[in-house]
Amino acid sequence: MTTNRIPPLPDVDMPFIFDLSRPGRIACSLPACDVPELAPEERIPAALLRTEPASLPEVYEVDVVRHYTALSRRNFGVDNGFYPLGSCTMKYNPKLNEDAAKLPGFSGIHPYQQEDTVQGALELLYTLQNDLAAITGMDRISLQPAAGAHGEWTGLMMIRAYHESRGEQRTKVLVPDSSHGTNPASASAAGYTTVTLKSDARGLVDLDALRAAVGPDTAALMLTNPNTLGLFEEHIAEIAAIVHEAGGLLYYDGANANAIMGIARPGDMGFDVVHLNLHKTMSTPHGGGGPGAGPVGVKLLLESFLPAPLISQRADGTYFFDDERPHSIGRVKPFHGNFGILLRAYAYIRSYGPSGLRRVSECAVLNANYMLSRLSAAYDVPYPRICKHEFVLSGTRQKAFGIRTLDIAKRLLDFGFHPPTVYFPLIVEESIMIEPTETESKETLDRFIDVMLRIAWEAEHEPDTVLQAPSRTETARLDETLAARKPVLHCDCG
Amino acid sequence: MIAMQYSHRYIPMTGQDEAEMLQAIGVADIQELFRDIPDSLRYNGELPVSAPLNEPSLWAHLQELAARNTAASQYASFLGAGIYDHYIPAVIGHLISRSEFYTAYTPYQPEISQGELQAIFEFQSYICELTGMSVANASMYDGSTALAEAGLLAAGATKRSQLAVSRGVHPETRAVIQTMARGLGIEVSEVPCSAAGTTDHALLEQAVNDRTAAVIVQSPNFFGCIEDIAAMQPIAHASGSLLAVSVNPLSLGLLQPPGKLGADIVVGDAQPLGIPQSFGGPTCGFFAVSEPLMRRMPGRIVGQTVDRSGKRGFVLTLQAREQHIRREKATSNICSNQALLALCAAIYLSVMGKQGLRETALLNMRKAHYAADAIAALPGYSTPSAAPFFNEFMIKLPDSVSCSDLNRRLMADNIIGGYDMGRSYPELAGHMLLAITEKRSRSDIDRLVARLGEFQ
Repeated sequence: MTTNRIPPLPDVDMPFIFDLSRPGRIACSLPACDVPELAPEERIPAALLRTEPASLPEVYEVDVVRHYTALSRRNFGVDNGFYPLGSCTMKYNPKLNEDAAKLPGFSGIHPYQQEDTVQGALELLYTLQNDLAAITGMDRISLQPAAGAHGEWTGLMMIRAYHESRGEQRTKVLVPDSSHGTNPASASAAGYTTVTLKSDARGLVDLDALRAAVGPDTAALMLTNPNTLGLFEEHIAEIAAIVHEAGGLLYYDGANANAIMGIARPGDMGFDVVHLNLHKTMSTPHGGGGPGAGPVGVKLLLESFLPAPLISQRADGTYFFDDERPHSIGRVKPFHGNFGILLRAYAYIRSYGPSGLRRVSECAVLNANYMLSRLSAAYDVPYPRICKHEFVLSGTRQKAFGIRTLDIAKRLLDFGFHPPTVYFPLIVEESIMIEPTETESKETLDRFIDVMLRIAWEAEHEPDTVLQAPSRTETARLDETLAARKPVLHCDCG
Repeated sequence: MIAMQYSHRYIPMTGQDEAEMLQAIGVADIQELFRDIPDSLRYNGELPVSAPLNEPSLWAHLQELAARNTAASQYASFLGAGIYDHYIPAVIGHLISRSEFYTAYTPYQPEISQGELQAIFEFQSYICELTGMSVANASMYDGSTALAEAGLLAAGATKRSQLAVSRGVHPETRAVIQTMARGLGIEVSEVPCSAAGTTDHALLEQAVNDRTAAVIVQSPNFFGCIEDIAAMQPIAHASGSLLAVSVNPLSLGLLQPPGKLGADIVVGDAQPLGIPQSFGGPTCGFFAVSEPLMRRMPGRIVGQTVDRSGKRGFVLTLQAREQHIRREKATSNICSNQALLALCAAIYLSVMGKQGLRETALLNMRKAHYAADAIAALPGYSTPSAAPFFNEFMIKLPDSVSCSDLNRRLMADNIIGGYDMGRSYPELAGHMLLAITEKRSRSDIDRLVARLGEFQ
């Protein structure tokens, strides 16, 4: 027997931080103990104490830095390239705003400090409340909710409080079949049952279906406008009238507010409650899934129900937490909302001012319509007319060749693009939802469009290339069924 | 003629781009793209928002606003009550500033998101290890909403509609639980604490019955006292309710994990693990459960799998619980997590490691006891809770001294004092809650004690 063996391939799996552990290494440097070195057992009963230290890795600082740097290189953000994820508004995240959040006067303040020691923070929040009220056309804003879904639920709890204050028990929330999944889920969390409204042939709220659905049990209609198809609900005034005449209220899901800043305002359309996703419209970074912020705004009739406290200004110009709100639905979050996110949104608004914000929306809409007009050459367009900041294609033409929308999305990865949102909204078969935002150049849009046209050609002529995609990423397609069937959700840390 | 062009550093649209794009679309100007918005709904004025600032002016303005705040991190701060002034190792700020992390969205496309997914998988592993639980999710908004969601989970799992919440749970968390419960018709009963500072077990037993979905406690609780989870576990389980515990994760460097003591759900706020105070937000909630409750968990969950070539990889999994699939039947409406801050916590735990976490917890515990002993020895002052504590404890001030006066006078000496307990417990007016982290030196503590001694 020869010993002429082929050397093994080095391990292809990225190690866990835990794999790097070697007993005796440390990555921290702690202050010396300058007080008596009590043994824990002297003050804490042994039954309450750990019997052995938590099994955490023993690594040194360079391990930590290389490990997380390596992980970052296996991740794709807006700074890496075009990210046209529909309904998520993946615009550029300004760097100045990141620097601002790190200022000790912002990052190092405690929520229970005396008010006179945080006047700068309170002024910022107060001004942001007013700016968001102006942008949405609402009367008063609470900055407490942590995210869009949290804002939805907060809004619905105020709607509940409003109806109850009038002695009414309304039980149903209406949502269009094109709505975000969080809408019905938030309605359930607020104790409502959901009624789903079918869209009409033009992708809009079907007024007859709405008239048939509203009644004395209607608490609210939740609507995104422009809706998730990127289409403006042209009959919004009539919709509002129908809902209001039935005694219901109108909820605005602000996920798509990037289409209308300075052009139209939910408050003027008849909406009673609004939430905004600051991590979408106001450019705060998504952080890989969070943190975000989802402030809610209301018309005067709901003002007394806003979560407490609000930030108000005294006659002498100082700011304070207004806790005296007896009809408030209460708290929805501890402390003062996601301040670190709110301050970035404030910086964003100030970088544009009124005409700049309007230009943001104009460019977002122009970019979307340009892409739509060029892509309609190769992809089906279920609702062929002008769109707002996003639009939805259907992969049905490619499906005829055995190529699904998922395959198209995976093929886009080979060209260095983050794919659009796929299979949402649910009412479009094989849907592809594209939102370019205003911060992308025409060259970027053109390159993406050229790739999409190429993929459409491949679907017809070289389907295998699309089916095998991605081939240029570090990881090939992953087995999601296995992950759900045999869940492995953690590993040993030691 | 192209109209005067609007230029901004974040928007690349030139006059020529605009003209070409309009031509491709087949419209004359941008306003035509808004013709579907009825005239009566068009906003024609200028939004009354703050005026724009150029970059240098904006930076100056932001610095000026920040300078008008007193950064607790630059004083000797003894303020805790849910947000703590711990040392944040330098590597954390650098690593979470990698924009591949912070400018990404939820990892919907796993092939280009393995970094985030693996980081979250490691975070979940850390949380399981710390809490002693079987499964953890990718994180929640914060510790308070996590505890409220624990109550909702319990209500769903037990098909019961009452929560027994200890008054030792953070007052603002109890307020959040109340708000969440109200929408769902869940009844919340509050269980008082005994004079020792921990949940009164006899009253808890009275409060729990066959309609109780969960017993909800916090440990160390709001008074700083460590709860006896092992003793509460049988009270909860005897009536078929679940035990949900909110913990300070740093305390678990020293204290027995609730998962080993019979808790069914363990949540908490990861802020002590490397997350800045930032006026209270954003922080990061964690959420862990025992195996049988896995498919009832709210939020995102990352699972391990393989790719087509058999290589290890990670995906978002168990999504059949979630709103984008289940809509109104989802386990929760949450559709995000605090990924960037979960990353902070994971890096913090990696930096601390086995030795460092225990030593940091010990430092907190020792310094807090040193401070408590010294203050208790001052004439007129006392530490009324008899229960064991970790890094936070309550003191009773002399009758002649009010918390707000005291704090104002401490501030003049560059000390940020404690939390005025009277704000949320009227019966505890004249009591102050102090937190002592590893950042407080003996001389900081001695200075505080000396000042307190001056106010009798």
